[in-house]
Amino acid sequence: MSMTITPRLTVKHLSTSFPTEDGLVRSVADVSFSILPGQTTALVGESGSGKSVTSLTLMRLLPKTANAQVDGQTAFVTREGRTVDLLALGEREMRSLRGNQLSMIFQEPMTSLNPVFRIGEQIAESVRLHKGLDRQAALAHALRMLDLVEIPAAAQRLHEYPHQLSGGMRQRVMIALAMACDPTLLIADEPTTALDVTIQAQILALMRRLQAETGMSILFITHNLGVVAHHADDVVVMYAGRVVEHAPVRPLFAQPAHPYTQGLLACLPGKAAAAGQPRPKRLFAIRGQVSSPLAPPPGCAFEPRCDQAIPACSAAMPPLCETQQDREARCIRVQPAPSCALPSRERAGVGAPDASMGAASSTAGRPHPNPPPKGEGVHTQHPR
Amino acid sequence: MTTATPLIEVRGLKKYFGSGARPVRAVDDVSFAIRPGETLGLVGESGSGKSTIGRTVLRLVERTDGAVFYRGEDIGTFSGERLRKLRGKLQIIFQDPYASLNPKMRIGAILGEALSTHGLHKGAAARDARIAELLETVGLRPEHASRFPHEFSGGQRQRIGVARALAVEPEFIVADEPLSALDVSIQAQVINLLADLRERLSLTMLFISHDLDVVEYLCDRVVVLYLGKVMEVASTAELFARPTHPYTQALLAASPKPDPLQPTQHVALQGDIPSPIAPPSGCVFRTRCPHAIEACAQTVPPLREISPGHHRACLRADLLAHTAEGRLP
Repeated sequence: MSMTITPRLTVKHLSTSFPTEDGLVRSVADVSFSILPGQTTALVGESGSGKSVTSLTLMRLLPKTANAQVDGQTAFVTREGRTVDLLALGEREMRSLRGNQLSMIFQEPMTSLNPVFRIGEQIAESVRLHKGLDRQAALAHALRMLDLVEIPAAAQRLHEYPHQLSGGMRQRVMIALAMACDPTLLIADEPTTALDVTIQAQILALMRRLQAETGMSILFITHNLGVVAHHADDVVVMYAGRVVEHAPVRPLFAQPAHPYTQGLLACLPGKAAAAGQPRPKRLFAIRGQVSSPLAPPPGCAFEPRCDQAIPACSAAMPPLCETQQDREARCIRVQPAPSCALPSRERAGVGAPDASMGAASSTAGRPHPNPPPKGEGVHTQHPR
Repeated sequence: MTTATPLIEVRGLKKYFGSGARPVRAVDDVSFAIRPGETLGLVGESGSGKSTIGRTVLRLVERTDGAVFYRGEDIGTFSGERLRKLRGKLQIIFQDPYASLNPKMRIGAILGEALSTHGLHKGAAARDARIAELLETVGLRPEHASRFPHEFSGGQRQRIGVARALAVEPEFIVADEPLSALDVSIQAQVINLLADLRERLSLTMLFISHDLDVVEYLCDRVVVLYLGKVMEVASTAELFARPTHPYTQALLAASPKPDPLQPTQHVALQGDIPSPIAPPSGCVFRTRCPHAIEACAQTVPPLREISPGHHRACLRADLLAHTAEGRLP
């Protein structure tokens, strides 16, 4: 990715915490990523990894009653070429962007559509609000949107209620609604999780077509690595509220650097039974479970489940560090790129290329080719 | 089928919900057999009838027509003590580990209830020993018996669900989407657990899932369902290498593989799954089938053996040749 293109959205050091009776829960901690125009960045992680909170924080849709404490900066380039910080905008200005330049589709289309309004009116509402169209023109626009998302008999569907549509059709309506004002950034939070695979394929193809036609950027939040492999340009892997790895899609799947990403890919049954090889008798499984957000481990959040952990891992949270061009990982066992800033080079004696790695070490930050390595050192030996 | 008597045989099974002129045809004339020690996968999208089949096989819901045989005996005729004994042999693991455990009961009581219902391990000491053993079998600790379900994570709860099913030493387990509520990393743990137990206890399993990757990994044979009817039956290796029914082909094509280097499949299927209240005439898949011809609307395609052990319900016999590669033309 070239340096000359300005990302449509840049997120820097985003943190979101919620005060609870049992203490402060940091759902999102120090999350940074960016999305280029016309590209799809996938936010991947398991439940509790903070991916949905990240998207709701960016959209400023967290309920007031949650008393969320948000920290960090964003830079969103508007259609007019202005750069704004979504977290610092006044509510009024945010409302003029939301549903207009920034829009969002949710996982469950039934609960995100209003059951008592006809779908035509729901789509028309946003263009009336943002584009100032009158009722008639807005309904005509809604009809064009339903055609755009390939809903059959759109003119008739316009006057139907959400309960009259199937799950796939409702998700198409959600997309029509989100697309109504021609957004430049679409946040899609698990948009196909509630759908059957053949319907999922239709919705993904539709999103891809719309992206190609409009040049919008997509922040795609999902736990489905199959979908990520085929529909993302860039992947951000989250674990326990933090980014643990960031890479373009192909290198990520070919050579995952972080032990969590390695484990996540290795434990997929579809990966295990790949390409004519005999099925392994056991799947690789990441042991244990995610620690409670109320009692995070002192060091790396993944350390208690990591097969490659060393004592230094539980000393402090490792920083997210560049490992190769366009790649980052939060792991002291992954060798940083020579360009990486000081703090990471001091870490745990990592820094000097390991002689035993031979030629490969000259390219620095070589990720492990064969996930999941068991016990063997990834890039460096035990530092002490 | 081979010479071995199937442990479970389903013949012409029908389950219609609702009475009157337009019932929901959840399961419509389904037949298959499961050999001892075999894991049979039941795949299909929502509304295909896979969960209903699982429950009908166990008589948790009563069939409308057809029969289910356990070791050659029609379980529809069982009642009283005989039915209770049968239930000890046939067990189920449910999809939702949050809804399937009573939140007011401790784990020990949940497992103990299964034991006392079937009169196993009588006496407090024997019972507690068995509960401890069960918890260890599924990778939990004996002291977990005194905890409540809310104290466990989703993966642990699913292990408890597995332990409860195993408590009565069943021969046959229906696993109804046991993984779909779990995160990927936890899924792998439960898959390994099921695979281990199956081997150790020589269990026979009906594995219901919409996740084709999991089915490919775990099952010996697969039945593909669509709108309450069987589309295709074959060994797992055969089905995934040479899917011959247009629906199976579309299903495989639509499920994205976690590998960005594999070509992204084009959308093969248009439209939605029709309502099971008014299924299409003839072949139920014809409204979405890219190969449908006029005859498909007239005739219900019979399930025919196209090669040893590989059955398919499709009128387009001519398609076999050029779809042998498993791709839609």
